[in-house]
This record gives sequence, structure tokens and C-alpha cells, in this order.
Amino acid sequence: MADIRNTFVGIKSPNPFWLASAPPTDKAYNVERAFKAGWGGVVWKTLGEEGPPVVNVNGPRYGAIWGADRRLLGLNNIELITDRDLYKNLTEIKQVKKNWPDRAMIVSIMVPCEEESWKAILPLVEATEADGIELNFGCPHGMSERGMGAAVGQVPEYIEMVVRWCKQYSRMPVITKLTPNIADIRKPARAAKHGGTDAVSLINTINSITSVNLDTFSPEPSIDGRGSHGGYCGPAVKPIALSMVSEIARDPDTYGLPISGIGGVTTWRDAAEFLALGAGNVQVCTAAMTYGFKIVEEMISGLSNWMDSKGHRTLDDFAGRAVRNVTDWQYLNLNYISKARIDQDLCIKCGRCHIACEDTSHQAIMKEKDGRRHFEVMDDECVGCNLCVNVCPVDDCITMETLPVGAIDERTGRIVNGQYANWTTHPNNPARKEVIEPAE
Amino acid sequence: MAEARLQEGIAPARLDPADYAKNFSDLHPPFDRHEALVESDRCYFCYDAPCMNACPTSIDIPLFIREISTGNPEGAAATIFSQNILGGMCARVCPTEQLCEEACVREEAEGKPVKIGLLQRYATDIAMDRNLQFFTRRESSGKHIAVVGAGPAGLACAHRLALHGHRVTIYDGRSKPGGLNEYGIASYKSVDGFAQAEVDYVTAIGGINIEQGKLLGQDFSLAALADSYDAVFLGIGLGGVNALRAEGEDAPGVDNAVDFIAELRQATDLSKLPVGRRVVVIGGGMTAVDAAVQSKLLGAEEVTLVYRRGKAQMNASEFEQDLAAAKGVTIRHWLAPKRVIVQFGTVTGIELSYMQLRDGTLTATDATTVIACDQVFKAIGQTLASDGEGVELAGGKIAVDREGRTSNPKVWAGGDCATGGDDLTVTAVAEGRDAAESINRMLIGL
Ligand SMILES: Cc1cc2nc3c(=O)[nH]c(=O)nc-3n(C[C@H](O)[C@H](O)[C@H](O)COP(=O)(O)OP(=O)(O)OC[C@H]3O[C@@H](n4cnc5c(N)ncnc54)[C@H](O)[C@@H]3O)c2cc1C
Ligand SMILES: Cc1cc2nc3c(=O)[nH]c(=O)nc-3n(C[C@H](O)[C@H](O)[C@H](O)COP(=O)(O)O)c2cc1C
Ligand code: SF4
Repeated sequence: MADIRNTFVGIKSPNPFWLASAPPTDKAYNVERAFKAGWGGVVWKTLGEEGPPVVNVNGPRYGAIWGADRRLLGLNNIELITDRDLYKNLTEIKQVKKNWPDRAMIVSIMVPCEEESWKAILPLVEATEADGIELNFGCPHGMSERGMGAAVGQVPEYIEMVVRWCKQYSRMPVITKLTPNIADIRKPARAAKHGGTDAVSLINTINSITSVNLDTFSPEPSIDGRGSHGGYCGPAVKPIALSMVSEIARDPDTYGLPISGIGGVTTWRDAAEFLALGAGNVQVCTAAMTYGFKIVEEMISGLSNWMDSKGHRTLDDFAGRAVRNVTDWQYLNLNYISKARIDQDLCIKCGRCHIACEDTSHQAIMKEKDGRRHFEVMDDECVGCNLCVNVCPVDDCITMETLPVGAIDERTGRIVNGQYANWTTHPNNPARKEVIEPAE
Repeated sequence: MAEARLQEGIAPARLDPADYAKNFSDLHPPFDRHEALVESDRCYFCYDAPCMNACPTSIDIPLFIREISTGNPEGAAATIFSQNILGGMCARVCPTEQLCEEACVREEAEGKPVKIGLLQRYATDIAMDRNLQFFTRRESSGKHIAVVGAGPAGLACAHRLALHGHRVTIYDGRSKPGGLNEYGIASYKSVDGFAQAEVDYVTAIGGINIEQGKLLGQDFSLAALADSYDAVFLGIGLGGVNALRAEGEDAPGVDNAVDFIAELRQATDLSKLPVGRRVVVIGGGMTAVDAAVQSKLLGAEEVTLVYRRGKAQMNASEFEQDLAAAKGVTIRHWLAPKRVIVQFGTVTGIELSYMQLRDGTLTATDATTVIACDQVFKAIGQTLASDGEGVELAGGKIAVDREGRTSNPKVWAGGDCATGGDDLTVTAVAEGRDAAESINRMLIGL
């Protein structure tokens, strides 16, 4: 049996699945249920300053998009940080941590960008005996209008400054949570590192409007006829999150900085992908909000069965294994040639590959053979783009086959020579170099 | 055409050799990977899922379907087996249309439930084909329990006891283990020797020893067992058969449906198995339907299932009735046997009384009809073939409480032989498992 115990910036948890700071972690009742269900850790819903708590809207907070069969693909929210009293939260955090000593308890914090505010809250949090803190520099709505959340996260200098205060006034490990609403995610990550952060976590939610009501012309979710942009999360944001995680994982300035991967983690596979791309663990919000806490059972069992099947004994055995394979486009091998192959036994003859290629791509899939409905790739037209694979509803029916060295690419008439060649020396490149530059 | 096709009387080889294999192949062919993925994607992962509540063994159905849908069938199998170690057989034989699938919210939504039984089979087949074992026994407790009967109840009980670290000896009167899984279930529901493969899979946990050919009441007494073991579980099923109480029922050609089915399940060459040209089956349950359908599949020209009440009162599910009709069985209601007509020492027909409800009680009218036939199968219910050997009975079964405890503090019982629950494989598994938990609690002094 694979060992999926996790250590993240020195914090131990029985598995790498944490609940992200959000409604599932807003109070003891929820967190107790989460730990009972098997979650490895939680990041408590973001705490604000002492005093009257923030208020939320009293109408809908969520918008969504769905896939076929109304499966929730993307969720958007306009909720703020916790709207419960600070001391009530702190008391509950302390009690829950005491009840569950083997689970990770991280406290998310967001207070104004002033030294005094941070200095005031840090000892209160430390007194709960939580394992660490997460700095919420990500919330893209509401709080950012008050100069907090993403408003801080978008200015690297502020990030560095706040992280430094936290390291100065607290012994707890600091995880800096980044907003994706920024052009280059490496900059805030570098700033956090310079400030002395122990780790970064990402992504928080993305500015979004999920839909517009065509009767009232209000964006959704609609509060009395008006809407505000909200934060987008769920399966739809996973590709964005993976890319941002990989950017930080392979940036020489932040190389080796621990990353808690967040954004669209829904199944064990998503989690394994984040870990392979350099995340030290994952955090989950939307999947739990969609299906309840029980999904962690599937995540635990799926991850360990996959690890068993691959011979990975611990998470470290495959951690970061995909990072070195992320490179710039200019270094991709232009002499690598593949063609689509349709497995006729698996083909259900829906014809979607044909119409996709025919209408929108390279006219490379025939729809008929000997007067019968039949779908087959024509190698002399196929550019190997992979679109048909992605639109086919049958798993593994269409696959990409690599042409072996010596084979002829029927589209170009050229022989596959097996040598690496990239854009840096390509004749069509106006800035081409003399000697080929390999991927790092 | 096979020579014997239209031969009068009870004769073998009514079909062409190739037709036997075709007729007795899998009723529902298993899902392949694509079918399993498409079907699993239909599950809504309901909260407090109705399907789960409808399953007598309470398998976490949404969880195992989600595990299938994410490409984790091993995890799915572990989820199933943790509640129901005979999940493989149940996937094949459960009347899902009356259990989990009837409760599926998609049945309500669009009349097409998620095919839970087939998904369960998909996951359990993968695990059993690869002999993946998910359970390890707890440290030996030093306790030894006798289980009587190696049917679903006995096997489920033994497995759970073994899991808790106890040693188990199963005594079973037949020559092969499995109970009705081996001798009763219709052959097209359990093909390719699955019942025996499952017994091997279940007992692979260790600590379970099965002794075949050992009959309680003949080779040993309950009192002796209770003396020499720490506890006893009775899962002896229903070995007796109800009588028709009709004139001529002892004539050759009048047989017990369960015996016919057992013979059929054990036959190595179905073309040697004789069956009437015209067959009448008396009864309204699963056994009656199975006997009727399998007679038809063996080549009987006309098969009539006769039931003394109406369609709605039949124990066989709608699905089973439709299956019988689709295979060419004629079902007739409100008729009860009056007299088996015997000529020259063999059955030539059966005289039936028309029945009616008079003030709520079923009564025969004066009107009768005759159906010509050369074989009659009795399938009007099984009975306990034991006097209970000292434990109290209720309504012809061993009286048990919700944990399976009998009137004897060292004896538990479950499955068909005990009171409570429907007579189904899955119910027997649930009762066997729960009795094991009760025995374990008693043994470790909880
Ligand atoms: C023809 C037929 C078809 C059926 N089809 C279905 C179906 O499709 N789906 C479904 O869910 N259910 C079906 N059932 C019901 C199901 O088979 C039973 O509910 C189930 O097998 C009960 O399990 P059990 O362990 O209680 O008893 P059994 O399966 O009857 O097992 C009892 C065991 O005890 C042994 N035994 C009996 N007496 C003694 C003794 N004195 N000493 C030692 N050993 C003894 C027997 O040899 C046998 O192995 C069917 C039943 C019949 C008869
Ligand atoms: C309703 C809601 C409220 C949230 N509140 C917070 C918060 O208070 N603090 C925070 O750091 N992130 C908050 N988030 C963001 C999540 O922690 C997480 O970063 C984001 O949802 C992406 O993960 P997911 O795709 O698994 O949902 C919130 C998300 C949602 C849906
Ligand atoms: S890989 Fe692209 S070009 Fe080739 S057949 Fe598929 S869709 Fe057409």
C-alpha cells in the first residue's frame, strides 16, 4: 500500500488533501465533519480584524456554468471573508485542533495593509496552536475594494512587506496565497519569497461573470437587478492553476519554494497532476461544495491505487516529476511527427471527429468507405493536431501515434530523421541562431 | 431441426447442440470499459442516496460509481466488498428493479435508472479476475465458530467472523458449497462456474474451513455443536418443498422445480437433460419463473406458468414476468391445481380450478379447465427442513431478533431459514454479516 502521508513546510497530515479557506472551513461544525470524513487538513475561512465582522449580501452569492447533464464545471462567488466574530473563530480553531492533533490546521488571515493590524492578530492566532497561517492576498471582490485581498496581491512590494511582518511577529510557518488576477504570476511569488514566506498557495479565484440574465440584463448572481464580478473556481480553472503552479515551480528565482496547489481539484487525478507539477499538497473547495466531504474517500483510494500501480511508495517518489518537462514553445521538437489513429473496434460511429476536422481543421478524416459509414484518418492530410482525439466521446478510441524514425510523413513527403530540431534554428525564423539551443 | 423437438413425454435433446450454449449464456452481458464509463457518468452522486438505502447490504453505491467514473474500479470493488462480500453474485442475481434501481432518482426522472447491478458487476469482476484481496484478518482471537450451511448467509457470516480474527468451520450437507448460488440461481444469471470461483474468493481471507457432506440433524446435533464451539450460526436455507395438495401429485412427471433447477445447474451436458414437450409450472415466485424459463430454453414446446392469484400479487418482479413472457412462457392467473391427470402411469394433463377472492379470501369456484401436459413442476414455496433442534420457530422459520440471535444464547441464524427479510441472496448476505458482528460483540465482551 502506498504511503500518502504528507509533510508541507514541516506540517504533517495523513494525506495531501486539504480543504481550502472557504465556506467548508468557516466553523467548527463543518471542519469537524470534514475531519471525520478523512480530510488531511484545512485552511480555516479567512479571519479579519477584531471588531464588527464584515457582512455578506443577503441574496445569491453564487453563479455557475454546467456541462452536459448539468454537471457543475465552474462556480463563481461574491462572498467575503468570514462574517463571524474573530474570538468565536479563534476559540473554535483551538478546540478543533485539540480534537484532531494529527490534522493540519492553517488559519487564513486578511487584515489591512498596516503593520499594527498584523502585529495585533498574529499572537491571537498563534495562541490557538494552529500549525500555520495563510495570507489571503487573493480575494478578488469586495475586500479588494477596501484595499485588501487581491488589491495587495497585485502589488509585489506590498506582498513582500506583509510577509516580512508576519515572519517578524510570529513563529508560525507562513503560506502566501496568490491571486491569479495578474499578468505574471512569478512576480508576486518572488516577492513573497523575498519577504521570507515558507510557501505559496495558488490559485485564489479569478475575476468572472458567469452569465447575464437576458430578461433583466443583470449579471448573475443578481442582487436586486445588479451584479458584481465574482471569483471563479471549480474544474474550469484547473488548467490555469496548473500553468501558474508550473511557472513558479520552474522559475529559477523561486525554484524549490513549497507550493500548495489550488484550483479545480475534483478527483485524485487532478491532485496527482498538481503534485507532479511541483505542488507539495493540494487544497480543495468547489468539489467539496458540490458533492460534500465524502469525495475525499475517492481521492485517497484513487491516489494510493495509482501510486501502487506505478510503484510509487511515497508522495516524494513522483513529486515534481513533470516540472522538468515544461518548457518554452521555441524548444519543442519540430521533427516529432504524430498522426491520429481511430480504433475501428471502439468507434461508435458518431462522426464527431470527422465534422470537427472537416469543418474547422484539415479535412483529414474520411466519413465513408465502400459506400458505408466509416471514419478513418488520411495520413496525407493529418497535421497531428489532436483535435479529433479531444472531441471523440469514447475514451482511447482515437489516439496519436508517433511516426518512427525512417517512416515517411505522407503529408510532407519527408522522412522522419529522429534528430531534435526546434524553432531557434528554423530557416523560417528571422531571428534564427547558428547553433541549436536545447531546452533547459 | 433436432430429432426430439416434438417428441411426446419427457425427453432429452430437444434442441440442436449449438442452441444450448446460446440459450444458457449470460442474461445481461457484462459492461465493457466504455459502457461502464458512460453509465457511471449518469450517476448524480446523490446525498443520502436512495439506492443505498434500498440495498439490503447498504453498499455505498454513489461512491463506488464515482470511483468507476474516475478510472478507479479497484477502489469501487473495495467499497462494494466492504459491505457485501458476495457483491459479485448479487450484481448478477439481485432483482435490482425492486431494490437499488427502483430507488434510483433517474428512475423517477426519466424512467431509466443507472444500471447499478451491471456497474457493480464491472467493478467486482475486475477485482475478482485479478484476485485482488482487500481485507486482512485481525490477530487470532482463539475463538472457533461453527457455521452450518455454505450458502450466501453462511459464507458472509464466515467471512466477517474470519475478518475479526476468529476461526470458522462451515458444515454443509451438499457436495459443493455455495448453497442456492450453486444449486438454485438460474443458469443464465451465473455462468462459467462463478459460484465456485466466488466461494474461493471469499474464503481466501483465511481461517475458514468448509466440510461438505455434513448434515446437521444426521451427522451431528445442534446441542453438540453448541457444546464444542464458542458460537453457532445456522444458515441452512429452506430445504423442504410445499405440497400441492392435489390429487395425483405423486405421479411420475410431477417434480419439484428446485430439484429440476439443481439438476440443470449441475448438468455438464444440457442435451442429456430431459424436459417435457408441454410443461406446466405451478407457482408465482422467482423459482416458478426460473423453472418455466429454463424449461423453455431446454426446448419445451409449450410452457404455462399457472398462479392462483393475479399478476400484482406475484412474487416474481415485473422484470422477471416480462422475461418469462419474452422467452415464450404463457402466464395464467387465478388458476389453482385440482387434479393431475394420469394415463398409463404418466401425466397427460392437469385440471385447474378457477379462483376468486370472496370477502378477501381466496376460494375455488366450480369452474375448471384442463391444460394438456407431460410434466408438472411444483414451485409453491420452500419450507424449513428442520424442526429447529430446540431453537424456537415462528411462522415455520427459526425465530431471530434483529441481530440474528435465536432463543439459544449460543446460536444465531440468518438467511432464508430465519425470520425477517425477503428470501433473497442479498438479504441472506446482510443477515449473515450482521449476525457475525453480533457474535463478535458477544465474544469480545462488548
Ligand atoms: C430457484 C431459485 C431461484 C432464485 N433466484 C434468485 C435470484 O435470482 N435472486 C435472488 O436474490 N435470490 C434468488 N433466490 C433466493 C436465494 O437463492 C436465497 O434467498 C438465498 O440463497 C438464501 O441463502 P441462504 O444462505 O439462507 O440459504 P441457501 O442458499 O439455501 O444455503 C443453505 C445451505 O445450507 C446447507 N444446508 C441445508 N440444510 C443443512 C443441514 N441440515 N446441515 C448442513 N447443511 C445444510 C445447504 O446445502 C446449502 O448449502 C432463488 C431461490 C431459488 C430456490
Ligand atoms: C464561496 C467561496 C468563498 C471563498 N472564500 C475564501 C476566503 O475567505 N479566503 C480565501 O483565501 N479563499 C477563499 N475562496 C477561494 C478558495 O479558497 C479557493 O482558492 C478557490 O475556490 C479555488 O479552489 P477550487 O477550484 O477548489 O474551488 C473562496 C471560494 C469560494 C467558492
Ligand atoms: S489530428 Fe487534427 S488534422 Fe489529424 S485527423 Fe485529427 S483533427 Fe484532423
